[in-house]
Amino acid sequence: MIIQDSKTLLEVHGLCATVNGIEILKGMELTVRYGEVHAIMGPNGSGKSTFSKVLAGHPSYQVTDGTVLFGGQNLLDLAPDARARAGVFLGFQYPIEIPGVANSQFLRLAYNTMQAQHGKDELDPLEFDDFVREKMKLLEMNPDFLDRSVNEGFSGGEKKRNEILQMALLAPRLAILDETDSGLDIDALRVVAGGVNQLANKDNAIILVTHYQRLLNYIKPDYVHVMESGRIIKTGGKDLAVELETRGYDWVSAENKAGAVVPA
Amino acid sequence: MSTVLQNLVNQPYKHGFVTDIESDVAPKGLNEDTIRLISTKKNEPEWLLEFRLKAYQKWLTMEEPVWPNVHYPKIDFQAISYYSAPKPKKTLASMDEVDPELLKTFEKLGVPMNERAKLAGVAVDVIFDSVSVATTYKAKLAEVGIIFCSISEAVHQHPDLIKQYLGSVVPVGDNYYAALNSAVFTDGSFCYIPKGVKCPMDLSTYFRINTQESGQFERTLIVAEAGASVSYLEGCTAPKFDTNQLHAAVVELVALDNADIKYSTVQNWYAGDEKGVGGIYNFVTKRGLCKGVSSRISWTQVETGSAITWKYPSCVLRGDNSVGEFYSVALTNHYQQADTGTKMMHIGKNTRSTIVSKGISAGHSNNSYRGLVRIAPSATGARNHSQCDSMLIGDQCGANTFPYIQVSNPGAQVEHEASTSKIGEDQLFYFAQRGIGAEEAISMIINGFCKDVFQQLPMEFAVEATKLLGLKLEGSVG
Repeated sequence: MIIQDSKTLLEVHGLCATVNGIEILKGMELTVRYGEVHAIMGPNGSGKSTFSKVLAGHPSYQVTDGTVLFGGQNLLDLAPDARARAGVFLGFQYPIEIPGVANSQFLRLAYNTMQAQHGKDELDPLEFDDFVREKMKLLEMNPDFLDRSVNEGFSGGEKKRNEILQMALLAPRLAILDETDSGLDIDALRVVAGGVNQLANKDNAIILVTHYQRLLNYIKPDYVHVMESGRIIKTGGKDLAVELETRGYDWVSAENKAGAVVPA
Repeated sequence: MSTVLQNLVNQPYKHGFVTDIESDVAPKGLNEDTIRLISTKKNEPEWLLEFRLKAYQKWLTMEEPVWPNVHYPKIDFQAISYYSAPKPKKTLASMDEVDPELLKTFEKLGVPMNERAKLAGVAVDVIFDSVSVATTYKAKLAEVGIIFCSISEAVHQHPDLIKQYLGSVVPVGDNYYAALNSAVFTDGSFCYIPKGVKCPMDLSTYFRINTQESGQFERTLIVAEAGASVSYLEGCTAPKFDTNQLHAAVVELVALDNADIKYSTVQNWYAGDEKGVGGIYNFVTKRGLCKGVSSRISWTQVETGSAITWKYPSCVLRGDNSVGEFYSVALTNHYQQADTGTKMMHIGKNTRSTIVSKGISAGHSNNSYRGLVRIAPSATGARNHSQCDSMLIGDQCGANTFPYIQVSNPGAQVEHEASTSKIGEDQLFYFAQRGIGAEEAISMIINGFCKDVFQQLPMEFAVEATKLLGLKLEGSVG
């Protein structure tokens, strides 16, 4: 929701980044305030996923120019784990499998790390078990998940639910959900989107990175941005997503090339 | 002060020779005179001297093994002093005098305060509690007839048992280092569990006050009579700190009918620095004989220390229906080299063995699993299952598996599984994105990897082993 006079959470200016020496982000601009839901759309290879990984600090990407302020703090100065503890959450497009590590153990460690960060009490395994089972209901997850190895042998939908479960546990200030809708059937999509909607509030913000409009039928964005060649070339309200669905991306690109004003 | 405590405080002096410090250390080099000197110093009976001399004669005819996948400069066996009496160790007055590095390690491992003091060599009287604990344990064991003492003491107190069993599992000429040990061993532990007795507690060398100092050539002998059972822990309560260059220990286990011996080791000897300078050469022969029917011997080891580890805790399954087990975690970092595994010799009918080996390599280290499963023609119905997993951290390290399988009975079932995995950047990033730092992430992945082995350790040692692995891998990712 757009809140009058809401404080700025994320401010990205002129962000450029490379992977293996190839420039992917070329002057990215984005401002996100508390309470807002932003959707970043765009064709394959436009730099959407790179943008999410750069914000989270993936070691394969090098920032070559620009600034990123998160709650007034220079985010680029922080190591990936420190960014996470500061409240940046990335929901992975392809969640990583960690054989041998029980999901419950992993979730508890992540949760307790965040609790410690906020000077709050850590939960012992039994307390955590009660706590996490409650959260799992939100995502209609089977408690068996807790005993399995992290993401190992999970179906696409199970992996994505596990990501949103982590978001629910860690209560980040900024959640970046990278193609959370990909690989989900319609029921899973409804559940996952329902979970995200319940977690959105005035003290956080969400960036949805998505290729398709269909997720936006469930999670209503306040802003829709279109990316091309490493930067945002058009910004609009949720109607823009519907227009993209019917007309595709080409017209935005043509309009941009014709010299339409790039929104700041 | 009680008499018991007084004795313990004065204990180092009881070993004698203190009046003549000079004669405590034998001149460097090994010959028959050195061996006679050791035997005389220890006031040994004639038969033990003969045992030593026989071993020495064998050793002279043997060659240092070159088949292990480890590399090190040739050892000059004449440059080593083979006898040094346990000298009164310099006792420190308080914890303030202890090396801060050592304290930091204790802190990280969570070693209880009184144990820290003891391990660091602080005067015993300041740690009254653990002393009385040890005394209580000894008394309790004696009540049920368990003998648990140093092997030197056993030679005098229980000569018949020692004569019967010493060298019965690892003969004097078994291999180069075992022969050397048999010739020059100075002390070690002896443990005897009488018929039908289930040892009421885990036995640990830690509780055997009078030989805290582990020698360079340790000798351990454990005998479990019919129906007896014991769980023995070696070096388990804390990392062993030792500066000796060469360790050649021998451990022999004998299990009679229906007896059960569980032997657990957490080894954390000095591994050398991060450039590979220094560190212990750990050349150890450990073997258990399942002599009786339905007997069981189980080895669990967590090997994290030593510059070089050459160690194959084995089981000879002679009794029908006997069971041998080997659970191992071997971790190498920096320039450490490990060539470790087991031998399962199936002789009796329906004998079964299980091998679970987890090798973790980091830094520039090299970690090899070497194992032999031999099924003799007599071992009808024998079964073995082996699982050997390797994990690599970084791209400068190596992992190898050398499984040898020799089957001479067509009815036997032998299974071997192996896997290799790597901790990747993406896994670490995933942890980091959830606020978890690389070291904690690695420790969690490693513990998941080692779970099957840690489950075999007694609870508190499993906790310690977990912490130890984390500690050993500190700084291995950057």
